[in-house]
Amino acid sequence: MTALLRRSLLFGLIAGAACLHIGLVGMIDTFQERTLLDLRMLAGGAGVALGFLMPLLAIVIVANRAVARPAHDDAPAAPVPRLLAGLLVGAMGGIFLALLAYISDSGVASSVLVNARRPLATILWLGMEPGPGTILLIGLGAVAGLVGAALVVLPPLITRSLVVAGLTVLLFGLLEPFLSVILRNLGLEVVEELVYARGAVQLPAGIALGAIAVAAVVGLRSGGGVRRRTGQQLRGNRATLVRWALLGLALVLLLVLPNIVGRRLSDVLTQVGLFVLLGLGLNIVVGFAGLLDLGYVAFYAVGAYSVGVLTSPASPAFAPQLPFWGSLPFVIILAVIIGLMIGAPVLRLRGDYLAIVTLGFGEIARILVGSAWLQPYLGGAQGITPIPAAEPFGRAPESIYYPILAFCVLAALVAMSLANSRVGRAWNAMREDESAAEATGINTTVYKLLAFAIGAAIGCLAGAFFSAKIGTIFPDSFNILISINTLALIILGGMGNILGVIVGALVLVGLPELLREFEAYRLLIYGAVLVTMMLLRPEGLLPSRQRQAELHEGQEEEAGEGDEPTAPTTREPREASITP
Amino acid sequence: MAAVASRPRRINFVTAFLWLIGGGILLIAAIGAFLTLTKGRYSLENWEGFIVSGIALGSVYALVALGYTLVYGILFMINFAHGEVFMFGTFTALFVARFLNDAGMIASQPWLAFLIVIAVAMLVSMTIAVTLERVAYRPLRGAPRLVPLITAIGASLFLQYTARGFYGSGVNAYPEFPPLQGNTTILGLTIRTDQVIVTVAAVALMLGLYLFVERTRTGRAMRAVSEDKDVAAMMGINVDRVIQITFAIGGLLAGVAGILYVQLFNQVDFFMGFLPGIKAFTAAVLGGIGNIVGAMLGGMTLGLLEAVAPFLLLDGYGIASPNQLKDAIAFTVLVLVLIFRPSGFLGRKENV
Amino acid sequence: MTTTETSTPPAIGGSADPILRAEKVTIRFGGLVANRDIDFVVPRGRIVSLIGPNGAGKTTFFNQLTGMLRPTSGDIRFEGESIVGLSPHQIVELGIGRTFQNIRLFGAMTVLANVMVGRHVRMRAPWWGSLLRLPAVRAEEELTRQRARELLELVGLPRRVEDQWAKNLPYGDQRRLEIARALASDPKLLLLDEPTAGMNPGETVQMTRLIGQLRDQLNLSILLIEHDMKVVMGVSEEITVLDHGEKIAHGTPEEVRSNPAVIEAYLGKGAATA
Repeated sequence: MTALLRRSLLFGLIAGAACLHIGLVGMIDTFQERTLLDLRMLAGGAGVALGFLMPLLAIVIVANRAVARPAHDDAPAAPVPRLLAGLLVGAMGGIFLALLAYISDSGVASSVLVNARRPLATILWLGMEPGPGTILLIGLGAVAGLVGAALVVLPPLITRSLVVAGLTVLLFGLLEPFLSVILRNLGLEVVEELVYARGAVQLPAGIALGAIAVAAVVGLRSGGGVRRRTGQQLRGNRATLVRWALLGLALVLLLVLPNIVGRRLSDVLTQVGLFVLLGLGLNIVVGFAGLLDLGYVAFYAVGAYSVGVLTSPASPAFAPQLPFWGSLPFVIILAVIIGLMIGAPVLRLRGDYLAIVTLGFGEIARILVGSAWLQPYLGGAQGITPIPAAEPFGRAPESIYYPILAFCVLAALVAMSLANSRVGRAWNAMREDESAAEATGINTTVYKLLAFAIGAAIGCLAGAFFSAKIGTIFPDSFNILISINTLALIILGGMGNILGVIVGALVLVGLPELLREFEAYRLLIYGAVLVTMMLLRPEGLLPSRQRQAELHEGQEEEAGEGDEPTAPTTREPREASITP
Repeated sequence: MAAVASRPRRINFVTAFLWLIGGGILLIAAIGAFLTLTKGRYSLENWEGFIVSGIALGSVYALVALGYTLVYGILFMINFAHGEVFMFGTFTALFVARFLNDAGMIASQPWLAFLIVIAVAMLVSMTIAVTLERVAYRPLRGAPRLVPLITAIGASLFLQYTARGFYGSGVNAYPEFPPLQGNTTILGLTIRTDQVIVTVAAVALMLGLYLFVERTRTGRAMRAVSEDKDVAAMMGINVDRVIQITFAIGGLLAGVAGILYVQLFNQVDFFMGFLPGIKAFTAAVLGGIGNIVGAMLGGMTLGLLEAVAPFLLLDGYGIASPNQLKDAIAFTVLVLVLIFRPSGFLGRKENV
Repeated sequence: MTTTETSTPPAIGGSADPILRAEKVTIRFGGLVANRDIDFVVPRGRIVSLIGPNGAGKTTFFNQLTGMLRPTSGDIRFEGESIVGLSPHQIVELGIGRTFQNIRLFGAMTVLANVMVGRHVRMRAPWWGSLLRLPAVRAEEELTRQRARELLELVGLPRRVEDQWAKNLPYGDQRRLEIARALASDPKLLLLDEPTAGMNPGETVQMTRLIGQLRDQLNLSILLIEHDMKVVMGVSEEITVLDHGEKIAHGTPEEVRSNPAVIEAYLGKGAATA
């Protein structure tokens, strides 16, 4: 019992720290702009805003973790003590939030902590007087803790339904700017007005959406057995047919997307597209060949700057003024050469040293490009401007979207063909055990260089389109954060997996672009994503099969789960099989 | 052997290419130095100034480098977030310094105020370093090598942007500590006082650390753990505890280093840890990572190179504002050392 | 234990055209001489064993044959031509395949993929061919898959394990898989580093039989390092004994068994006379 109490006190402190962090970095203020659920019908003019919800969500998660694992020395705790523990964790989180509100209200710390100001207190007290506001705040914290604990205690079916319903409403609320535009552009104003009001999900619609999602998930679960069986039968021609049909559908959707979503969202899409391209390229180097390249931005810069020099009339020293498409072959060749030149020195380096050396190369590239020394050639800190657009697509996001999409598809095809070939096998082998691969006959030098060269070519294409799309380039656009950003999206999606790259780019680039409030916290979130993924799910959201196997060394027994029979049952007398 | 013309080639073109590049860079540097010296644009006083500021800067790098080297020596991981440990302590102590300044203490009791500020920075940096180890690195012990590195990169971003969220994105400056201003004359050389203080303080700390690791029980335990964690654990050493202490020491040194650093470059912002962090890592590798004396040597060397090389090596070619390229020189050193001599000056020749 | 006697090999050491010949191979690590002046021959079509106490320098010698280490002096000739200084993958291409003492499979790749990686050097598809999925490349891929399946069958791995992760195979099967991977490169000479280490007696018997079969069916020459004397005596036609990095004996199993120097190396001084 005392173990549970000690554990809840510890987690209460963690919850408090999380709440303080969220408040002090300013997320509560910033995200308060975004109302998720409109509660006008219940309480006059109120709504659930993301800002206030964030610390509460943090409490839910921490409380959930606090009671999830029973302390070793105890018998599994009964539901009531666990719920009480959750309550305690939540109340402690609430107390910290109340503390934050008082400090912010008084303004004593505002010269140091820029966000600890009165507006934060107003939000935390829900606009009420300090006294009742504080009581409500601690109460809500306790409720959040209780919810977190309840998710452990309740039967799995109810838990799952609650989580699914909650996430659905959250998602619909978050994606409001995106979904409402789409709905309206599709001529579905009626639906839009039914679901959203004042930029948030309406309460009845929220309930309905949650219910639909729960029904869908529960239905899928119970129908799962049937589906698996039909899946078996579908193997063969029909499965291929279904796959092609889905692929075709996705392609058609991608083709018409800019027309549905409008200009601003198309801009977001092109941005995502550029990072998909970068991600696919880096994925070949990191995900396939296992070479952690932290200087990938160098290729992005090479692509952008060589397009700038070759096409811009304002290129300082050498201005052949080629058209964009005419410059592209030279750009790719240059990138491949530079890829090989960066690749050659790092061939014999061990993983972590390779990462640092490539980071060094990336920084050298940025410093040189911005230096006064190369200003006569590359424009120095002023960069190169203007850079002609990629005609006939121009700069409008709705049209430049198409060539970017085309190259993304191309890069994905390249990656897929290589992954499923002799080359991909050689990379896999090399990544797992370099000297064993060499002893098996793989020329690791050649395959490392190949990965660098192909990665460089794809990365420079992204840079080329970036410069043509923006029309102007500065050295500051090519800092290490581009490399980190690309790495983060590969890791989130799942290293070595092409679909993972796309999902990663949508989440890590698309969401922050879509929700402007996120912009300021983008890199904070990236950092958190990198750490969390490495701690909890290093193989990413959509892992490639092999990555999963590599990263779970200690769990070999579980690996065979699913359809494959596990080792003990497959054991047979060997005598029968030894004679050829 | 003449009959084997059709055999696969034995000369490795990559190796040849590397030596060509390495040789080329050395040659360019040598010619640059020659050109600069023959031009005689800089006086002896100039060079003295470069060298002294290089030593001061180098001793700060060395302090930070110790954090990298200690952790690498024990865990074989690059604590990429160490630069942020340095930044966080310095940034936080800034507000204490401002408070003391407003209270008039910096004017009345400058040395005491200086020590308080340093103590705060040390405490904050240590706390961050220890928390980082507990939360982000300890669960990953034994994971494939790249996993903790990626975690460290994530932690580095997280800390940077937490600092930005907490303290804002502006560039701040520390108040001046009066006794550190002006010049001092030592052995007939006139040197900026802050550079003297920084160098003396850093060297004293390094000596202290060296004695700590060589002479104390805890130091012996640290060395034992860096030799072999399993054996150390069997000998009754609490490995977790030792690792924690290692991070704590790294954090403490980074905290001091931060306050010393701002005496040389008075610019405090959330990004200030990145470059000194990378350079300190370079210093650690240059000296031989895992080696304490190596970190000191590497730091000094890198500081000197950074202060002297832009003028000595590049100015001769008439390159405009060579000092702009000092970071590029540091990175070039990093790349060259890792490629040609990854074991550094004093490192063990491990299988790199 | 009688399965290996199929052909009558030429007399010991008298092979006119050996597949592998090492001359005065010496390797030093700092002051330590791991191999000193080793003269060594693998006659074509023979099964030769390299034995010796732990630390005698057997694996070091292997690593020089496969290019993972470079001898300090001496020469190694494969099919009459020197292979000193070639990198491991070039040596594989010339026709030497190997397995490792501590199994080094690509654990997170499937069983079939492991063997297909082994086939790498015999495939001709250029990388751009794979990129464009040329018909010839796809045909080659299919052939490789076929060949890999044949080899899995040959070493006695059932078809249904081919999609499992290699690291999930039982220990004995991992050893078989490693042999299949080595065979995939169509070696003329197969180097096996302790192929029965860690196996139970039943598995050891099977492995011994397999080694004999491989030689007969695939026309291989085989060099193995082995500790299990039953295996060594049962399968080898010639045995070389190393001790402290030097060759101390060479001959047929019977000759080696009765050689006093060998007994001394294994059992210590005085044992030979006892």
